[in-house]
Amino acid sequence: MSTTTYREAMRQAIREALISDDRVFLMGEDVGHYGGCYAVSLGLLEEFGAERIRDTPLSESAFVGAGIGAAMGGMRPIVEIMTVNFSLLALDQIVNSAATMLYMSGGQFNVPLVIRMATGAGRQVAAQHSHSLEGWYAHVPGLRALAPATLEDARGMLGPALEDPDPVLIFEHGGLYNVEGDLADDAGPVDITTAAVRRPGADVTIVAYGGTLRTALGAAEHLAADGIDAEVIDLRCLRPLDTATFVASVARTHRAVIVDEGWRTGSLSAEVSARIVEEVFYDLDAPVVRVCSAEVPMPYAKHLEDEALPQVADVVDAVRRLGA
Amino acid sequence: MTKHLPGPDAGAKVTRARAAENDHNVHLLRQMIRIRRFEERCVELYSRSAIRGFLHLGIGEEACAVGVIEALLPEDAVVATYREHGHVLARGVSMRATMAELEGKIEGCSRGRGGSMHLFDAATRFYGGNAIVGGGLPLAVGLALADHLQGRPRVTACFFGDGAVAEGEFHESMNLAALWHLPVLFCCENNLYAMGTALEFTESETDLSLKASSYRMPSWKVDGMDVIAVEDAARHAAEVVRTGGGPHFLELRTYRFRAHSMYDSDRYRDKTEIEGWKSRDPIPALVEHLTASAVLADGDLEQLEAEVAAEIDDAVAFAEAGTDEAVEDLERFVTSEPVQRLASP
Repeated sequence: MSTTTYREAMRQAIREALISDDRVFLMGEDVGHYGGCYAVSLGLLEEFGAERIRDTPLSESAFVGAGIGAAMGGMRPIVEIMTVNFSLLALDQIVNSAATMLYMSGGQFNVPLVIRMATGAGRQVAAQHSHSLEGWYAHVPGLRALAPATLEDARGMLGPALEDPDPVLIFEHGGLYNVEGDLADDAGPVDITTAAVRRPGADVTIVAYGGTLRTALGAAEHLAADGIDAEVIDLRCLRPLDTATFVASVARTHRAVIVDEGWRTGSLSAEVSARIVEEVFYDLDAPVVRVCSAEVPMPYAKHLEDEALPQVADVVDAVRRLGA
Repeated sequence: MTKHLPGPDAGAKVTRARAAENDHNVHLLRQMIRIRRFEERCVELYSRSAIRGFLHLGIGEEACAVGVIEALLPEDAVVATYREHGHVLARGVSMRATMAELEGKIEGCSRGRGGSMHLFDAATRFYGGNAIVGGGLPLAVGLALADHLQGRPRVTACFFGDGAVAEGEFHESMNLAALWHLPVLFCCENNLYAMGTALEFTESETDLSLKASSYRMPSWKVDGMDVIAVEDAARHAAEVVRTGGGPHFLELRTYRFRAHSMYDSDRYRDKTEIEGWKSRDPIPALVEHLTASAVLADGDLEQLEAEVAAEIDDAVAFAEAGTDEAVEDLERFVTSEPVQRLASP
């Protein structure tokens, strides 16, 4: 065991991939000389050189598309996009090319590409750097979408993502990079297909992912003090969703609260809610409740941003309203 | 200074070289006729609903596809657009597999999943069939990047139209390829119209090769109605690209004789303009050249046409006898299948 950060765990995952497979390279804006906009790739240019740590122009569509082409050409690219907001500049390549290539070529051309990007709010960077649009990508067949919320997942999801023959998007919540914790010295690959029970409980199921996992766990601690035993599920894989895990949990606890930093309308939380209703409606003792971001472009002012985001108190209130 | 006199076999060498060139030019003619007649058959098949969806024909533009692709090697890659029947045929994908694709059959080169706009073929490194204008350019840059990183002396030929030049992806890709000195041969098939809107209504600078120059990329303006000129330019450019000369840009000046797609009533083009370009049809031009130089004898063209017609008949019969994919397989290939499943038929 040693103390590390989410950022460092992610960096070690990238290093390991670069060391173990010559086909792997990292490209994106400021990944090299700057060291990564969130300092994830700091030092990698010096260690691996400019051919494998490639600074790109501010051309999201071209370098994401080049990642797709390079993947089809036999490489295993890791493409970093600064934030999910900027990924919209590459939406054409991700949705129209990466996600469709295997299908529209009748199974001939798979795209073994990993795209990493920061997502989420909480750092007062306002309405063009803070949104949680991973739910949009989770909508698209042909993509796998991952949300590492723990150090273990930050360290362990990249390797299996690179082994996946198809495109994988990894959404790293910007608020997590500085999170510190203990990580086993031999921490390695983790499963990238299932959700995880992060806290077992009997009275209510709280479903979260990425940046909202800590919110959900914080709420569970508060509730425990009141004698409410909450189970916390971390979705981990946003597409394809591991429905069985959260549905089984709700079947046991009979109550569900979903915490999602995305907007409520048409969100991942809506999908999770619909699946609970479709599969375990008769096990529910109360309606499904969602705690989402306010439906506003993210404001700059701290008190407004806090108000817009799902907070521990909001989750605690939601659970209490369920009468758990 | 000693004069080098021709050796005793020099005359024979020249004769052999000329014979090879003649054969090659007949091959170019055959390829263009195959494409032209294939496209004409597509119109018939569309009229009787054997082909549906969008259908974009390359009639008039055959010299571009044939000339460039002739200059490539088997290990090179091709990225094309939704007007790519000619490219896939020139690249050596069978007419059977192409026609079966247009008819949506499992025997098609994309298993009937892609249709006219999404022809793919792994065996010939044909990467589509990309129907987002400009969307293929980043893919070509990436394929070339993979070759660069793996030290393979290959060329990626990327076809796109003049319409793509207005897309950000064009500029981003040109810059990235030039910046990283990647082996891409950019082939702009400038047919003067982005669907129904003339270049002059969409571009502040209509000299497209200047745009390449602004990325410090060597560029050529080529008569896209002359297959020999296209091949010659492409061969020179591809050789430089292959040997580390960085990306090159060919502006192939061409024209489509028919409307943009089967849905297009072609209101935006002047009839005299169309007739003017038709008078420069690349196929009669080459026939005339080969006849004048006595490469084509009486009856040769008729025989060639008959062979092509037979090939098309065979392809149509093959497509129509093809198999509809089982609806149970609708979700196959959304994601890759485990290797053991791929290995089974």
